[in-house]
Amino acid sequence: MSAMPPDTTPPCASAKTSPDAVTIVPHHAPARRDVLRAGLLAGGGLLLGFTLPLGRMRPARADLSADTFVPPSAFIRITPDAITLIMPDTEFGQGIWTSASMQIAEELHVRLDQVRLEPAPPDARLYAPDGAEQATGGSYSTIGDWGRLREAGARARTMLIQAAAKRWGVDPASCQAEAGVVHHAASGRSAAYGALAEDAGRLPVPAHVTLKQPSEWTLIGRRQPRLDTPAKVAGTATFGIDVAVPGMKVGTVAASPVRGGSLLGIDEAAARAVPGVRDVVRLPDAVAIIGDHFWAARQGLQAAKPRWDDGPNAGADTATILAALGEASARPGAIARNDNDAPAKITAAHTRVDATYVLPFLSHAPMEPINTTLHVRPDGADLWVGTQVPVRAQAAVARAAGLRPDQVRVHNQLMGGAFGRRLDVDSIEQAAAIAKHLAYPVKLVWTREEDITHDLFRPAYHDLLSAGLDEHGRITGWQHKTTGSSVTARWDPSDMKGELDPDAVEAAAKTPYDLPAVHVSYVRCEPQGVPTAWWRGVGPTHNVFVVESFMDECAAAAGQDPVAFRRTMLQRNPRALAVLDLAAAKSGWGSKLPKGHGRGVSLQYAFSSFLAHVLEVEVTSGGDIRLHRATVAIDCGQRVNPDTVTAQIEGGLIFGLSTALYSTITHAHGRVEQSNFDSYRMMRIGEAPRIEVFQVESSENPGGVGETGTAASAAALGNAIFAATGKRLRTLPFGLGAMQSA
Amino acid sequence: MITLTINNHPHALDVPPDMPVLWVLRDVLGYTGTKYGCGIGQCGACTVHLDGQAVRSCQLPAGTVGDSRITTIEAAAGIPAAARLQKAWLDHEVVQCGYCQPGQIMQAASLLTETPQPTDAQIDAAMSGNICRCGTYVRIRAAIHDAASA
Repeated sequence: MSAMPPDTTPPCASAKTSPDAVTIVPHHAPARRDVLRAGLLAGGGLLLGFTLPLGRMRPARADLSADTFVPPSAFIRITPDAITLIMPDTEFGQGIWTSASMQIAEELHVRLDQVRLEPAPPDARLYAPDGAEQATGGSYSTIGDWGRLREAGARARTMLIQAAAKRWGVDPASCQAEAGVVHHAASGRSAAYGALAEDAGRLPVPAHVTLKQPSEWTLIGRRQPRLDTPAKVAGTATFGIDVAVPGMKVGTVAASPVRGGSLLGIDEAAARAVPGVRDVVRLPDAVAIIGDHFWAARQGLQAAKPRWDDGPNAGADTATILAALGEASARPGAIARNDNDAPAKITAAHTRVDATYVLPFLSHAPMEPINTTLHVRPDGADLWVGTQVPVRAQAAVARAAGLRPDQVRVHNQLMGGAFGRRLDVDSIEQAAAIAKHLAYPVKLVWTREEDITHDLFRPAYHDLLSAGLDEHGRITGWQHKTTGSSVTARWDPSDMKGELDPDAVEAAAKTPYDLPAVHVSYVRCEPQGVPTAWWRGVGPTHNVFVVESFMDECAAAAGQDPVAFRRTMLQRNPRALAVLDLAAAKSGWGSKLPKGHGRGVSLQYAFSSFLAHVLEVEVTSGGDIRLHRATVAIDCGQRVNPDTVTAQIEGGLIFGLSTALYSTITHAHGRVEQSNFDSYRMMRIGEAPRIEVFQVESSENPGGVGETGTAASAAALGNAIFAATGKRLRTLPFGLGAMQSA
Repeated sequence: MITLTINNHPHALDVPPDMPVLWVLRDVLGYTGTKYGCGIGQCGACTVHLDGQAVRSCQLPAGTVGDSRITTIEAAAGIPAAARLQKAWLDHEVVQCGYCQPGQIMQAASLLTETPQPTDAQIDAAMSGNICRCGTYVRIRAAIHDAASA
């Protein structure tokens, strides 16, 4: 993996068609050594629910420390004084630390107020779900945890009960575990887990455990208070940017404003003249000023007045990039789906509908700006950072500092938002290149301006849609070609299917609908000087907008109600039909609205969840778009913490609606034109709609939730604007004068 | 030397007078509950109280504070309105990533101190300078109403 886009990526024009009751202890990672050892020794045994037979391979007793796993598990560590759950997923607001804890605790038979939480160290063999990468994203955490975390809890509980039974000379079946204590009712004896843990760790790990039936659950499916919030409300939670270590200084960075540019020079004397400035570090494409505090560093950076050679991307600008996307879209694409010759069906159709959709580059702009704290020494390094990808972060520091990965200790932190930004490690690699020149720990904090202008952006897309309708208004053929940068090709080329980027066509190649002929293809086109990255909702945020907007256009061309039109194509997809009907009913679909108001609908199958969204908006005579009411129905299978499902949809919708109204990143002369919240606008509280979320009871395996609301936003908004005004908006964002010019 | 009274404790500080209080709090005194979000007064993450009024500490030079009292989220439990808000924030499970929430709570505490029973419109007006990127606005509004009636 390369942190930055490979330099060999061809520019678009020449590209081929390729492509706290709970203690949370984020500073503390003592388990790492033991986890690593367990992983190495256990070999294939890891697959047994990731509970590791460390007990049988334990070194002599003198080597035992309080950190040792007892009983052994990658996810559970029980010591005489604490029950610690090790979180395989990283927490950036999605509530996963609570949901993951609920799954373990359900089977371990402990209360949530009895456990401490700790982030997992980088170790893909232990923590990557389903053999994939140790990364938190793609709304995959609960999908990947379901099973492995409950099994880990059940194995540990089984071993603790066996240890108690052995000690007491009774049948394990006559013992019960509750709230971290094993009881033998017949004799009235009991023992806490902490007192049994060492004995339990010497027992063989059970090959099979029986998980509870859903009717036996006391945590899963019931609203639980989030474990990370009391500290966040008290202001005592430590995010990456809050880390302080002894001897630490604080720095800030300016990189070339044009990607690929280089540092020509600075006024170092002026920078050093600023009180509190301690060091200046030059990189080929950046400069860092280090001081006693951020203010000194920032003042020093301004005084340094860095001068740049803009390099080969000095001419990059948005108009050229979007034109190149449009030109590239004329090329034949890599085929994602080709059923029943859709182009011919469209040509022969009674009515033909065609449309072009254009989506902008987007910045992540999490509230916590990019920051990294590092202490690089000749023989090792410590890294304190909030990252979605701890293994990549470790490798990035090793690469930049000239160390082996096992010499880099990662202290993963709570994140003040991530949204995909912290799936990349460019800033961590930059920090290591700076910190290796310093003899002390340094916290490097990007200004908000640096955070936005040096973000890795969600790709811009150019989508061509065509459909044929028969004389009854039924779709006879559906064709969709999307053109844009491939994030997959940069981030994980092994996921490419030849020339096809599966992300670029996710929720396009497969829609909820039963269509008689479908042709979906992808043209890769890399924008000059603009690296691209994962962004909340990934492929579906792009494609649900395009597919569901165009579905609305087809309904209009057929002269049919948008909900009724969709229903005719869902007869073989009962879960999709059910959420659509539920959202329609709860929203009052079809009932009369005031003048200037309209409702838009959007339906999706994404992240293994079904979701329908009805949004009511008002477009004022002055062209302002006001959001009144959002109604969502979701079937995400079995829910772990239902309130978290609701919260993620509420937040995801607002994130997506804010983006659909306002967000666009543009370039001129190679430079990003937006730099802070004055120029990269966010929705404010008064602009947020009322939101109601209805959850379908389901015993199917869990689907993902965190990105569904964002993916569901823009299409419902555009469709509602159409319903209110008769104007179809096909270029995002909508709110920056789009209504006036439509 | 500048003396700042923070959470009822005086601190004698050797900092430049133009240094924003935000960085004095975070990098000199270790009060990291007050957050950096934008540095230009656009997001509200750095909100603290100056004599009980919500202000943006990123726009408040240390040299201009004088005898005024600064209160941060770490001492919010001592402000009656803020304590009610903190409880309501938990009851409504407002928080997602949590980074903006100290600023939201300090802003809302200032609102409730001046306007004990705010309408939706008054809440929106008072809170519009505080960005929540996770989109917790619906719950923020509900929690403020709840704290107001507590």
